[in-house]
Amino acid sequence: MYYQQQHTRQLYTIVFVITLLSITSCKPKNVANAISGDAAAKTYVAPGSHDEFYNFVSGGFSGQMSVYGLPSGRLLRVIPVFSVDPEKGWGYSEETKPMLNTSHGFVPWDDLHHTELSQTKGEINGKWVFANANNTPRLARVDLKTFRTAEIIELPNSGGNHSSPFGTENSEYIVAGTRFSVPADGAGGDVPIGSYKENFKGHISFVSVDQNSGEMNIAFQLKTPGVNFDLARCGRAKSHGWFFFSCYNTEQANTLLEVNASQKDKDFIMAVNWKKAEEYIKAGKGQKMDVRYAHNKYDEATHTATSEIETEVLVLDVAELKDICYFIPCPKSPHGCDVDPTGEYIVGSGKLAALIPVFSFDKLQKAIADKAFDGEFEGIPIIKYEAALHGEVKKPGLGPLHTEFDGKGNAYTSFFVSSEVVKWNIKDLTVIDRAPTFYSVGHLCIPGGNTTKPTPKYLIAYNKITKDRYLPTGPELAQSAQLYDISGDKMQLILDFPTIGEPHYAQAALASIIENNGQIKIFKIEDNKHPYVTKSEGDSKVVREGNKIHVYMSSIRSHFSPDNIEGVRMGDEVYFHVTNLEQDWDVPHGFAVKGADNAELLIMPGETQTLKWVPDRVGIFPMYCTDFCSALHQEMQGYVRVSPAGSNVPLTFSLGKNSTTPK
Amino acid sequence: MRVFFNLSFLLLVTIIIVSCGGSGKKPANTTGDEPKSMIPDTETYDPNRGTGKFTAENVTLGAIDAAMASAGEDISKTKCQSCHKLTDEKLVGPGWKGVTTRRTAHWIMNFITNPDPMIDKDPALQAQLELCLVRMPNQNLNDEDARKVVEFMRQNDNQ
Repeated sequence: MYYQQQHTRQLYTIVFVITLLSITSCKPKNVANAISGDAAAKTYVAPGSHDEFYNFVSGGFSGQMSVYGLPSGRLLRVIPVFSVDPEKGWGYSEETKPMLNTSHGFVPWDDLHHTELSQTKGEINGKWVFANANNTPRLARVDLKTFRTAEIIELPNSGGNHSSPFGTENSEYIVAGTRFSVPADGAGGDVPIGSYKENFKGHISFVSVDQNSGEMNIAFQLKTPGVNFDLARCGRAKSHGWFFFSCYNTEQANTLLEVNASQKDKDFIMAVNWKKAEEYIKAGKGQKMDVRYAHNKYDEATHTATSEIETEVLVLDVAELKDICYFIPCPKSPHGCDVDPTGEYIVGSGKLAALIPVFSFDKLQKAIADKAFDGEFEGIPIIKYEAALHGEVKKPGLGPLHTEFDGKGNAYTSFFVSSEVVKWNIKDLTVIDRAPTFYSVGHLCIPGGNTTKPTPKYLIAYNKITKDRYLPTGPELAQSAQLYDISGDKMQLILDFPTIGEPHYAQAALASIIENNGQIKIFKIEDNKHPYVTKSEGDSKVVREGNKIHVYMSSIRSHFSPDNIEGVRMGDEVYFHVTNLEQDWDVPHGFAVKGADNAELLIMPGETQTLKWVPDRVGIFPMYCTDFCSALHQEMQGYVRVSPAGSNVPLTFSLGKNSTTPK
Repeated sequence: MRVFFNLSFLLLVTIIIVSCGGSGKKPANTTGDEPKSMIPDTETYDPNRGTGKFTAENVTLGAIDAAMASAGEDISKTKCQSCHKLTDEKLVGPGWKGVTTRRTAHWIMNFITNPDPMIDKDPALQAQLELCLVRMPNQNLNDEDARKVVEFMRQNDNQ
């Protein structure tokens, strides 16, 4: 009996403990996992299934662009853009080196802040995604059929291309506004830094985009007063033909901006009538300036990039040419400058402000017609604040940065200082919902959130601080992105996912728009126009031209032709031109040779890529395929023999000729 | 008692698992894929025809067309001959000598244009894969290219 009681008591205790455990384990422990139970189902994409959205995320100081699937948060691809990528041979192969050429020479790194999907009639068309280089000012165009960088154009007269690569509603132009005002390029730039107000100017490039080829050209630049340009958005629908740029440092400070550029109560949003600028150009206005900038293009037929230095740009001085630019006062160093899907409302986000001003395009037009001005700033009319103001969102949070839209009359603004996303109604300016972010959110993204037709299913917050969100990985942590379900009235946090570099802005599009755009799976070998292509093993050869040796090499599962090369001498430069003869999707071959001081090649089916190799010693050098290609991948290898300078070993090459009698 | 205790414990654990597992509906996009057997499904497969668009009816052979064979030879240099010799010697894949006597033209064309599904189903190709260990890649030949390659194979076999 006692035995039984003992057991019964034990049993009750166990039941109690387990019940407790089961209750607590199902309940949120703290705010970090205060997510509702269906979050996992909402973000679950079963093995073998595809995500609903592509998310094109800037890589910040990595210089690259990353592509995620949503809602899973799975990393699908890192597209090398402004930084070298040895994994893909980007910036290392002879064919891709010209893509990173600038007027400063080869630049192997940059800081990619924003992405912009190309649009037709204000909707994402799935052709290209643009990106900005913030350090050495450039614009890049990524082709979404290949997910590769197809073009990079440098921007003259600029310092820090931050206000970029925002586009118009048909991608007629992608803009590039300089963050740092600087003296125009050239010898005239040798001035005292303290002469900022006199000599430093802003330049905003309007880069035209050919709607068929995508080719970019600098159509014109606007020369503006010296301030810092931060972000920008095009007018759309009713405001098509206008562009809006946030500016700070209207104090025109050149030192300790943290204090000196935060003096004024209001800075500006600059409204640009670019149709007016086009009229001036047609009338022959504007001045051609001597500059130097690189224009780099990748040719998919020759599989080779070219870099040309262009020497002229057309500049319009907006202080002289009236009616192009107007300044709208905007509180406290505006950062985000976002236009709603109707094109009527322009949201300014003063990063030091405790309110959000919303301007009205109609009121702005009336203010201009009525000349409701409050003086000028270096020749540019200043619109009266109230004349253009639709209203203010009062006390929405601290440190507003960026706003995206759901197309249902609501705006979502990120607050860096108070670390939250706030949903508010554009018309009546009331706050509807707020959700914490972990931690210190920067940009936001709603699929199509900058277009006339958003797909407001999700919102992604790109956070600046990670802290305890993931397992610790030493002093540096992956930047955290957070996915919110915004299909209901309340925002619901459903996923954290780590990112590469430091994401700033990102855009997302329905997968169907991209995957049905004519995705390229292979390059047709018969269309390969590379000057050193090897279209069959019978064509593979090794040719000496002075001290340059060209190896015409083919690769197929699983051998190189040739795979034995002799007669290379010290002092030679060897160029391995490797053609991948495969014609099947997802069968790249890699190529590496011992001692190469650059990187590997990763050659797509039907493509030719070249690795330059300068042997540094005599001996036998192995080479091999780096991308696991078949069951006999580990057999995909060969040898190069390097002899001393002046050696009389003849230049020979072969495949499949085993020698049984060593020489 | 001991039995009762064990049973209760099991029941409790089950309840906990169920209660925490959530009553949420199954995600819509589960695939429901079952692991595939290594043994090919040959029930519906015709080893004399293969799988693809070509049949004895839509592939007809006449006297060898030299121009067509020559075009086929050029295509094969780029897309085939890295792995196939024109003799009966195996390189990566088997040599081509005699292939048109062993196989019908339409089977060859189906295999060239549609290799992966056929390797999965054809017992002879499965056996070949065990020898070669490399799946014949899809080299993206269009219908005309495949026909030209067959013409070259016939010429190579002196048919």
